[in-house]
Amino acid sequence: MNPIALPFQANLVQQLNVSGQVEQTCMSSSASIAISQLSVRYRAVEALHNINLLIRPGRLVGIFGPNGAGKSTLLKAMLGLIPNASGSVTYHNKPLMQQLDKVAYVPQRSQIDWSYPATVWDVVMMGRVQKTDWFRRFSVISRRVAAAALERVGMEKYRDRPIGQLSGGQQQRVFLARALAQEPEIFCFDEPLAGIDQKTQEVVFEIFHELVAAGKFVLVVNHDLGETIAHFDDLILLNQSLVAYGSRQQVLTQENLYRAYGGRVLFAAGEAA
Amino acid sequence: MWEAFLEPLSYEFMQRSLIVAVLVGLICAVVGSYLMVQRLALLGDAISHSVLPGLAIAFMIGANIFIGAFIAGVLSTMAIAWIRARSPIKEDAAMGIVFSACFALGITLITLIQRDNKIDLNHFLFGNILAVSRPEVWQTALISALVLVVVVLLYKELLFYTFDPLGAQAAGLPTNLLNFGLMLLIALTIVASMKSVGVILVLALLITPGATAYLLVSRLHQVMIIGAGIGIFSSISGMYLSYFFNLPSGPAIVLVVSGLFVLALLFSPTHGVLTQPQAKSGESMVWRELKGLIRRH
Repeated sequence: MNPIALPFQANLVQQLNVSGQVEQTCMSSSASIAISQLSVRYRAVEALHNINLLIRPGRLVGIFGPNGAGKSTLLKAMLGLIPNASGSVTYHNKPLMQQLDKVAYVPQRSQIDWSYPATVWDVVMMGRVQKTDWFRRFSVISRRVAAAALERVGMEKYRDRPIGQLSGGQQQRVFLARALAQEPEIFCFDEPLAGIDQKTQEVVFEIFHELVAAGKFVLVVNHDLGETIAHFDDLILLNQSLVAYGSRQQVLTQENLYRAYGGRVLFAAGEAA
Repeated sequence: MWEAFLEPLSYEFMQRSLIVAVLVGLICAVVGSYLMVQRLALLGDAISHSVLPGLAIAFMIGANIFIGAFIAGVLSTMAIAWIRARSPIKEDAAMGIVFSACFALGITLITLIQRDNKIDLNHFLFGNILAVSRPEVWQTALISALVLVVVVLLYKELLFYTFDPLGAQAAGLPTNLLNFGLMLLIALTIVASMKSVGVILVLALLITPGATAYLLVSRLHQVMIIGAGIGIFSSISGMYLSYFFNLPSGPAIVLVVSGLFVLALLFSPTHGVLTQPQAKSGESMVWRELKGLIRRH
């Protein structure tokens, strides 16, 4: 589509490969998630155009961009949740789609029917389904892992509460507990910060930073360029194609923001860099 | 009093009906709970109307009508999925198109067959639980056992999938397989229920018991268990109504289950219209609900 975008993206990936942050130890591409030439078409519309990224563990990665930029689509396409995606996504040099047992994905809260007849405990235990054999009941270990996850997000008292009776922030914490219970290497969150309370936001970022410190991949779609942006180490700035990728300081330039958001950049965002 | 209910059971045909009533009430409620939580009630309607042509064709070529009906039910869900995937038509429109077309074809075929054969269209449309044969009892029992075993064995996977399909897929569960399995269960359940409630009203036995239970309890397995109780009670009551008043069994069963739903809607401890705090005000209940409806629109 845009011929200028291609060399720019290739350049960025290379830049991270060769001259990226020195403090990062795991720089080999095998321990990274390598996305190459990822495109998504919905009928005639191209939602994502030729994305090339090398994502390293141990960094809190924020995926930013305006509405319709393809942020959620990028996350879903990476995990093979979208049928019309082309390109490749590899992890440890094998397709990521074949290693989904190492992934926890938390969808947008608005995509879930919260009137579903389930309790908090039921939802957290869903995180253990993949770790449990077919036709088998959950093991004692699974129950312990789930209980610990629930406690970590401060929701252990709500264990038997129907999920429909929780506040938005509490629902998000239950989903976070489910993701923790999956014990994955790669965490993907779609808009986890939308409409949550201050307490939940603190818990969420605390856990994100812990996971990152433990060398996990944490990818977070966020649409808000507000003050929470300061929590992220790396940013992926999208607008159908990749506008910029790198450390927060590198990405948050007036030029990049202008290219992603057009004239509608919030001034505060520029200052957050 | 008890005499009146126990005496008919001395007839063998009534014993057969009772067995089928219990089984159908049970599996419809269990499988129907999945339809309700996925907001796929219309799909249940679509499959049940679509089994008719398969049934008619099987009858024509002398095959087992249950198998014919089952194949038609599965083909219709595939047709719906195909239309949705390959055209800009939305799912509900695709369902409406497929099920009315199949239903029309089924009625036409059965009407043609009826001219030279002893086959009563009404029995398939509205059910005739008092006329189930011995082989039909066995077939129903076999299908019920299969359905229940699958639901018990795949309970945790189906719970995850029906609550959060994307999350389940991203965790590596074979969601296409689970979805297809669920469609097979629904088609099997509808085929097994065809004789007792009929294809037009089977939807009520699939959805209403689960929906009634949903007003009373808050976990899926509880919805299934309470729903099964409601379904079994309704289909047995319907069977007796059919016996004493010479009614088609389908409408009799559906009237009972709908009555139970209304009771739960009004008196459920957690969601009941009459048990909610605002009912205490002096205003008449009917007037308050009417005002609420107008304000909401």
